[in-house]
Amino acid sequence: MSANYINITVEVWRQPGDKAQGRFETYSLQNISTHMSFLEMLDVLNEQLQKEGKEPVAFDHDCREGICGSCGMYINGRAHGPQELTTACQLHMRTFQDGEHIVVEPWRARAFPVLKDLVVDRGAFDRIQQAGGFVSIDTGSAPDANEIPIPKPISDYAFEAAACIGCGACVAACKNASAMLFVSAKVSHLALLPQGQVEKRERVKAMVAQMDAEGFGNCSNTGACEAECPKGISLSNIARMNREYLSAKLSQKQYDK
Amino acid sequence: MSVLDSKIPEGPRAEKWTRHKGNIKLVAPHNKRKLDILVVGTGLAGASAAASLAELGYNVKTFTFHDSPRRAHSIAAQGGINAAKNYRNDGDSVHRLFYDTIKGGDFRAREANVHRLAEVSGNIIDQCVAQGVPFAREYGGLLTTRSFGGTQVSRTLYARGQTGQQLLLGAYSALNKGIHSGQIKSYTKTELLDVVVIDGVCRGIVVRDLVTGKLESHFGHAVLLCTGGYGNAYYLSTNAKNSNVTAAWRAHKRGAFFANPSFVQVHPTCIPVSGDYQSKLTLMSESLRNDGRVWVPKTPGDKRHPNQIPEEERDYYLERIYPAFGNLVPRDVASRNAKYQCDEGKGVGESGLAVYLDFRDAIKHFGRPTIEARYGNLFDMYKKITDEDPYEVPMRIYPAVHYTMGGLWVDYNLMTTIPGLFALGEANFSDHGANRLGASALMQGLADGYFVIPYTIGEYLAGISFTKTPTDHPAFKTVETEANQRLERLLSIKGSLTVDEIHRRSGKILWDNCGITRNKADLAKALDEYRAMRELFWKEVNIQGSSQDLNQSLEKANRLADFLELGELMIQDALHREESCGCHLREEYMSPEGEAVRNDDAFCYAAAWEHKADGGWNLHKEHLKFENVKLVQRSYK
Ligand SMILES: Cc1cc2nc3c(=O)[nH]c(=O)nc-3n(C[C@H](O)[C@H](O)[C@H](O)COP(=O)(O)OP(=O)(O)OC[C@H]3O[C@@H](n4cnc5c(N)ncnc54)[C@H](O)[C@@H]3O)c2cc1C
Ligand code: SF4
Ligand code: FES
Repeated sequence: MSANYINITVEVWRQPGDKAQGRFETYSLQNISTHMSFLEMLDVLNEQLQKEGKEPVAFDHDCREGICGSCGMYINGRAHGPQELTTACQLHMRTFQDGEHIVVEPWRARAFPVLKDLVVDRGAFDRIQQAGGFVSIDTGSAPDANEIPIPKPISDYAFEAAACIGCGACVAACKNASAMLFVSAKVSHLALLPQGQVEKRERVKAMVAQMDAEGFGNCSNTGACEAECPKGISLSNIARMNREYLSAKLSQKQYDK
Repeated sequence: MSVLDSKIPEGPRAEKWTRHKGNIKLVAPHNKRKLDILVVGTGLAGASAAASLAELGYNVKTFTFHDSPRRAHSIAAQGGINAAKNYRNDGDSVHRLFYDTIKGGDFRAREANVHRLAEVSGNIIDQCVAQGVPFAREYGGLLTTRSFGGTQVSRTLYARGQTGQQLLLGAYSALNKGIHSGQIKSYTKTELLDVVVIDGVCRGIVVRDLVTGKLESHFGHAVLLCTGGYGNAYYLSTNAKNSNVTAAWRAHKRGAFFANPSFVQVHPTCIPVSGDYQSKLTLMSESLRNDGRVWVPKTPGDKRHPNQIPEEERDYYLERIYPAFGNLVPRDVASRNAKYQCDEGKGVGESGLAVYLDFRDAIKHFGRPTIEARYGNLFDMYKKITDEDPYEVPMRIYPAVHYTMGGLWVDYNLMTTIPGLFALGEANFSDHGANRLGASALMQGLADGYFVIPYTIGEYLAGISFTKTPTDHPAFKTVETEANQRLERLLSIKGSLTVDEIHRRSGKILWDNCGITRNKADLAKALDEYRAMRELFWKEVNIQGSSQDLNQSLEKANRLADFLELGELMIQDALHREESCGCHLREEYMSPEGEAVRNDDAFCYAAAWEHKADGGWNLHKEHLKFENVKLVQRSYK
């Protein structure tokens, strides 16, 4: 389909550094092809800014295919913008109208401090995984891959949970800045598989403890995370994690006796 | 006499690796604790290496410019990973995987490495499944496989269209296990700017904290570069935007030879460029060619809507030229022929740089639900990007730069020509020759990291002293100063062009002259144009901001500066290789039927380039020997 060209204004959060004050700046852009991706529109803006001798807008991105989880920003009040199941890098300008005013902000959450403009520090996600998001199997000690058959539906569920890209939209979308969807996706992925059974109790406890230590908020079941998740990670993972957590806590009591 | 010692073990090909493992020097457990290893890059190669070395007891530090190790470019791999498991009972074996890879590489890879790769391929799958990688399964609960281009067996394991993601998350979890145990320290948003070589031996690296801009030195008894490929030299490629050659290139300038830089794979099925603002190209899985038919209008300049072009006015050129393989010819053949059609003015779409990939007949034959089940997510992705519905209108596709077979020259132990400096994964040159088969890069990255380096690094470490060089040693300080000066120099130019403007232009020179096809006259012309572009960069680049904080333009400029040197070597390498092989198609060396013609008498070697202190390069040749393998000419007619 041939491209249309639109004129837009973008209001972008500019913040020089983590301790600096931030504010919105508004820029206008002419002749934006509707075939452009949202990040390509930001590229064009950045070229324009540099030509005017101004610093370009800093934003994280890499694959631009919706899989690395680098890009993350609020677009017109929604995490990753208006299109369902779509990361910011996969959003296209045809979603917007000629003359539209687009507001772009970084993720806002206590556990994700802004580093510059739209770039935030999501290191907390790594630390949660480091607390226990793994199977303790050393290289070279694995049995043949087909030794343990796994029913296809179970494997498929595990895959769906493992499809999380770690972008942080769920946290940004939640009014409590809770990380439950992200953490529960990882917990579910391993809890569903036979390989993850041995450590499942320790895993869920360690990951939840780290999540709390990072300053993420509580889950109050609003479902905003699922609605904004670009990978369709299901709320049912949270229910599963709660069950896992409870049973881990209960069995701990039994051992404690 | 060549200065290259590939250290290929003695003995019959199939026994080399086992014998070598038995003979490799070992480092005693209590001594491993005294040894520091720096792993740069946390893609499949880096994460798997770091995790495995930490398990052995070495002190490991990992570095990545991403904000999390999990975001490495490996995450984007779609199709799958090969393994000689023979789960299908279709006659697969280590030998077959070895042979397919060697033949696919057009006999320009080192056979001992390739055989080892095939030998460990099965262990990789075992390891990944044990970590919880959810590969696709049959209803009976066992793993399933699919077939991929260039082979006659079904040996590719996959996790929907997200195999790279799932494998990387597995390796990342192994890395996290090491971080949890304290054996690994992870540095994120930290970019290597240079390697430190003292008395000819690699002793560490200089990195930049991308948030604070601070430079820092790290000592290592060994340094592993797992920093990926250099496809972004062309600006437009399927690689992630930040993939770059800096680590490998800095190592090259300090003494590591760079092998076969012009061996670049162009993938035939990518979404075409849609405008000047295009920032990267998106791959559409090769599997689409199983059911899609490639065609162009017979008449040049036919601008009718594809659905209005009647059957007899369409040229299904792959089926016509290659009746045996049809639309399933290997990647290089498909790419080249798409280019020829467009050169003749038969290209489609607004730019005329695209061909159709049509599913009309497949939908008619199998019904839409079957096609949806096979390719639904790819069709959706295509629609998201182009706003066209491939169920109704044929897809438009065009080739794009995808993978670099060239890279740092390494010996059998994966060590570069600088002792103590190793290269793993796409960053090295070793296993794919002049062309890589689908689903073999993931296999190689994980083989290098999980199953090769944990053994072969011992050969080096067992022979060195455990003393550490303090990072206030003058050698570290000198490299830090040089790195800092380069950044300040870049910032001080204040010219009139942005980094991307120059990168687009330099990339286009490479694409036009050192891309799908090459010839002497164009390469020679490109060499001049390319050098001029580098001069332009150092005169006219304009970077805002400072080196003291997060500055993405400065990061890009620093990487482009290295691409602009590498590109020249790519052209030189393509010029010197007066034969066609694999992805390197020299128009002067083609058969009358238009097929690539190798010259095994003159060019059966890996070209390893040594950087000379006064600029320019010396060529060293690693002659390739094959044991009981007939060097056939590939033919897909
Ligand atoms: C779209 C696409 C699809 C693909 N599909 C397949 C497939 O189906 N099957 C297959 O086998 N192969 C596939 N490939 C190829 C394969 O994905 C790659 O070759 C492979 O993943 C490379 O892994 P790696 O570990 O060597 O490097 P990468 O994954 O590229 O990792 C490089 C790492 O190095 C770091 N790094 C680089 N430079 C520096 C520096 N200077 N300082 C600090 N850190 C640095 C990066 O941060 C990153 O962590 C595909 C490639 C693409 C582009
Ligand atoms: S759960 Fe969804 S929104 Fe949250 S990090 Fe994962 S992919 Fe992003
Ligand atoms: S840039 Fe990778 S998900 Fe958007």
